[in-house]
Amino acid sequence: MNVTSSGTQPVRIEQDVVLARQTARKLCQECGMRLIDLTKLVTAVSELARNTMVYGGGGDMDWQILDDGARTGVRLTFRDEGPGIPDIKLAMTDGWTSGGGLGLGLTGARRLVEEFELDTAPGKGTRVTITRWT
Amino acid sequence: MERIPILQMGQYLLVTIQVDMHDQLALTLQDDLSERISKTSARGVLIDISALDMVDSFIGRMIGTISGLSRIMDAETVLVGMQPAVAITLVELGMTLPGVSTALNVERGMRLLQTRVEGP
Repeated sequence: MNVTSSGTQPVRIEQDVVLARQTARKLCQECGMRLIDLTKLVTAVSELARNTMVYGGGGDMDWQILDDGARTGVRLTFRDEGPGIPDIKLAMTDGWTSGGGLGLGLTGARRLVEEFELDTAPGKGTRVTITRWT
Repeated sequence: MERIPILQMGQYLLVTIQVDMHDQLALTLQDDLSERISKTSARGVLIDISALDMVDSFIGRMIGTISGLSRIMDAETVLVGMQPAVAITLVELGMTLPGVSTALNVERGMRLLQTRVEGP
């Protein structure tokens, strides 16, 4: 699998969430992704970037355009040095929230992408990687 | 401060969201709308989201809150113009917007509001 291009941008303030969405949209368009798949990925990015900002205390988004020979894909990693998630099972339950949200961010984002990877531990920050292929 | 304009047309308030909203902007709209309903005694609110190419759980929640809030203040809310890709994504996300009235476009939404407020 080849990485065609990559980059990083900050996710620290509210405006960064908007910028993260815009970057994701641009990447999907470059890959020629269908509108419905693009919309799902951009929505997942919005949920995860907000989590990074609100719960992780800010962090970064790494982006990659992938090529596995047959198809292209967009991979995004949201990482923060925040408190981490103590109970992953609970955090991945629909409707559960540690903040004031609806508890749909993490679980919803997982449903909207093809590959979802969560790496977190208390005090070690959180790292969520999502991928969607064309 | 950045704001989404609210237009008044008789006893109705019209909102067209045309920008990529950050969270604070969504919250400001929520506050502004409740204030305007109270000030103008509006009976209906039409929210046009045809220009929105993404609705996440935060914006979805704002729409639900506006709808509930206006109902308590004796005004009906109708959400119009949701793009098909947005609708599919929203349902998959787990948000079906219970209690929020919707219409396909502004014209139908306006008719729905008028029927509710003025009777058939």
